[in-house]
Amino acid sequence: MNIHRFLALTRKEFYQMLRDPSSFLIGIVIPLMLIVLMGSGLSLDVKNLPVAVALEDTSPTARDALSFLNGSPYFSPSYVTSSKEAIALMDARQADAVLVIPPDFTSRLEQGHATVQILLYGIDATTVNAANQYITSGLQSWQSQWVAAHRKSARTGTVIVVPRQWFNDANTSSWMFLPGLIVIVMTLVGVFLTALVMAREWERGTLEAIFATPVRPLEIIAAKTIPYFCIAMVGLGLCLMASYYGYGVPIHGSLLLVFLSSVEYVFIAIGMGLTISSLVKNQFLACQIALVVSLLPTIMLSGFLFDLRSVPIAISLIGHILPATYYMELLKMLFLAGTTGPIVIKDCLILLVYALLFFCLSWKLTCKEVS
Amino acid sequence: MSDIIMIQAHHLTKQFPARPSSPAVTALSTLNLTVKKGTLTALIGPDGAGKTTFMRLVCGLLQSDSGSLSVCGYDVQQSPQAVQDRIGYMPQKFGLYEDLSVMENLTLYADIHSIPPDLRQKHFRELLDLTGLSPFTARPAGKLSGGMKQKLGLACTLVSTPDLLLLDEPTVGVDPLSRRELWHILHTLSEEKSLTVLVNTSYIEEAEQCQYAYILHKGQLLADGTPESLLQYARGRCYAVRVPQGMPPRFIQSWLLDDRHVVMDAVPEGSQVRFTVSSRQLPNHLLLQNYLPGAVITPVSPRLEDSFMILLRKAGSTEEETPGMPSLPKVPPAISGDTIIEAHDIVRRFGSFVAVDHTSFSVHKGEIFGLLGPNGAGKSTTFRMLCGLLSASSGTISVYGVNLRTARARARSYIGYVAQKFSLYSTLSVYENLCFFGRAYGLAAHKLQERIETVAGQFHLNNCLSMAAGSLPGGYKQRLSMAAALLHDPPILFLDEPTSGIDPLARRTFWRQITGLAARGTTIVVTTHFMEEAEYCDRIMIQDRGRLIAIGTPSAIRHQGGDSPTMNEAFIHIVETGRQKEDS
Repeated sequence: MNIHRFLALTRKEFYQMLRDPSSFLIGIVIPLMLIVLMGSGLSLDVKNLPVAVALEDTSPTARDALSFLNGSPYFSPSYVTSSKEAIALMDARQADAVLVIPPDFTSRLEQGHATVQILLYGIDATTVNAANQYITSGLQSWQSQWVAAHRKSARTGTVIVVPRQWFNDANTSSWMFLPGLIVIVMTLVGVFLTALVMAREWERGTLEAIFATPVRPLEIIAAKTIPYFCIAMVGLGLCLMASYYGYGVPIHGSLLLVFLSSVEYVFIAIGMGLTISSLVKNQFLACQIALVVSLLPTIMLSGFLFDLRSVPIAISLIGHILPATYYMELLKMLFLAGTTGPIVIKDCLILLVYALLFFCLSWKLTCKEVS
Repeated sequence: MSDIIMIQAHHLTKQFPARPSSPAVTALSTLNLTVKKGTLTALIGPDGAGKTTFMRLVCGLLQSDSGSLSVCGYDVQQSPQAVQDRIGYMPQKFGLYEDLSVMENLTLYADIHSIPPDLRQKHFRELLDLTGLSPFTARPAGKLSGGMKQKLGLACTLVSTPDLLLLDEPTVGVDPLSRRELWHILHTLSEEKSLTVLVNTSYIEEAEQCQYAYILHKGQLLADGTPESLLQYARGRCYAVRVPQGMPPRFIQSWLLDDRHVVMDAVPEGSQVRFTVSSRQLPNHLLLQNYLPGAVITPVSPRLEDSFMILLRKAGSTEEETPGMPSLPKVPPAISGDTIIEAHDIVRRFGSFVAVDHTSFSVHKGEIFGLLGPNGAGKSTTFRMLCGLLSASSGTISVYGVNLRTARARARSYIGYVAQKFSLYSTLSVYENLCFFGRAYGLAAHKLQERIETVAGQFHLNNCLSMAAGSLPGGYKQRLSMAAALLHDPPILFLDEPTSGIDPLARRTFWRQITGLAARGTTIVVTTHFMEEAEYCDRIMIQDRGRLIAIGTPSAIRHQGGDSPTMNEAFIHIVETGRQKEDS
């Protein structure tokens, strides 16, 4: 490897990158768009859930039990006096949940076995699960207060579950998504940009001309890596800042580790991109393959959307072949849990192995031959 | 010239394995070839002859299957890098970085070859002077014209002062003016620096300027020698027949070509038609004499192109048997003065750029009308406006009496259009393609079947109706394109660069078809970058920088071009004088 030739090729890549609007688009504009879209648009949280409350027991106790519904950002309750009316509201799609307070609610509460019924509109499973949880915990917290206030008359020893979610205290789903978004942006920039630029050189015949010179394959590969590494780092910076300042995602773990693992992953992504384009030599095909082997699996199979422990074993196995899975796991831990120790080291080492693998693969595949 | 050998190929063979889309191809078969130091050598042959494959083998970009190849004293297969350190190679697409400026491209190649800074400045100055690119050093390569790109590509390969220069079809898609300048540069390099140059080309007249030429065809070496010695294949076989007043030369050419066993080749050239015969002496009777009893035939001196065509005919065309041709009337139909296409004061702007500037002309019924011009002259823009694919910024165009602006759809029903690229559906069969295009033109049921039978017969497609269009050989594809364009029996046929990328024999067949069509009254508008093809036209129009600079019959254009012997020279002359007038 000759350092002057390498620098000359790197300079050329920088010129091309800076003058070509598409690399700016993929490297800067699309990450920003994704952050805004996913950060504010894609949310599994439920706000202003329309709840129809059938208040068949109108006693003050019953009203008090439902006080958590009023003035809460999570609910917008409407009160009726019979379950029939409430169900009619749900049928009319004006309520996603129905809460029935039976006529004997107060009297049974005194005896210690009051029941309420929650009916959920099950079409949107995510929403109703959240609704169920919110309503249950609302009732539970009221119950615990009520028990404390009526200790004399109530039977003691009632076990009250007060759930609290760790590491995502507010249970905000953007906290969960934004670290994953960094993985997606790194994949997009690394794999797509490099796959495209390399395939473009094949299509335009520039590689053929460069091959017939003293240039070595390693110099070509290395010179392609550097500029896109830089642009990926800019993307990483943007994502980190937007998550931290824009959406208030905490970074509990070490920022250095976040950076190190990102560097490893970017090398993997660039290696993948170069490998794809040296195999197909055509921009359109390279784009399609990059989509199918990198971006889509990263979104679907890396634990970004679905927890890999709760998917069928075959899917989980495929997920664990993807380098993105380990990077995803690392980032989520580092951001929200601040984990340290063997699991972080293990993931970092796995990423390192992948990085070396893809870099060598792309180097070996870029032999100075045309076909 | 010395006796040091720069390239030595011995029994070199290269095969490409079969793919789902194409059968196995033997690109080169036991080729023996030698290039001596300091010579200018040409490798000529039609498309698919194996020229590019050979270049890539020389550069070490491909692995050969058998035989040996040494370049600059190294075995390429063993040590490709040693060869690549010493050569300059310009691939067909020039290999320039379009986002980089002229200077940045040069600097990149200087860095790659580790040229020291002091030497570098001297080389840059020399190369920029030689190529005339000095005023454009800051311009991005993508914004240069085709000819300038080609010269920059050449300059980039020369930065390192290579021992051997390899140029792969440097003049494809480059207009005659730029082609002449490139050859001037090559001669300078060859004579002053005694650089060894190997050039691939499909323009035979370019090989005449080289010291040695190899003729390749389907991977086989047909002949080699100095251009002078190659003339032996045609010596004593070349004749010319005078074209009587009022007779289109293409008729005489067709009558000659129809005499397949005797006449090897025939091309119109000014007021005569040149032809070559298969035997060393002129046969007693030619088919032509049936039509033209008093034909005046005189022997002429041979050209490299004559030898090339004779060798090619002997080796067999790349296509299967040439189909029987439509018969021609004994007396060519007179072209009436009726105007069928009228363009009045048309202008087309793209942003601030004026592609076509206040141009007026008309096409007469039944004539073959040619559009010629250097790259970027505006001929494609004019052509697209005529067939209604692009609207004019101002001015009016009427086709068959219909104004294109107000009744485009109706005007389109009067025209057939054959695009430059094969634009039929590759996966559909020939018959399915014809059915589809017929229905698209509004033909149905009985009428459609009748027309399909007619055009399939006319273009000899009957025995391949069930084949997938994509699997047909090049000449067949073109016939299919023409058949599809003529399904609705239009009075006007538009052909955009119909003969680029097909071999010379198929080109003759194509023009023979066109002659037949025109003889039956179809008006034909054609663009071409082969200047000699202007001779087939009744009238031609030459554009440069968006302006119409010449229009008239081929002989009138030739006269305007300083009575040049070839259309190429006439063209260069007209464009140059046009530019001088404009610049002064």
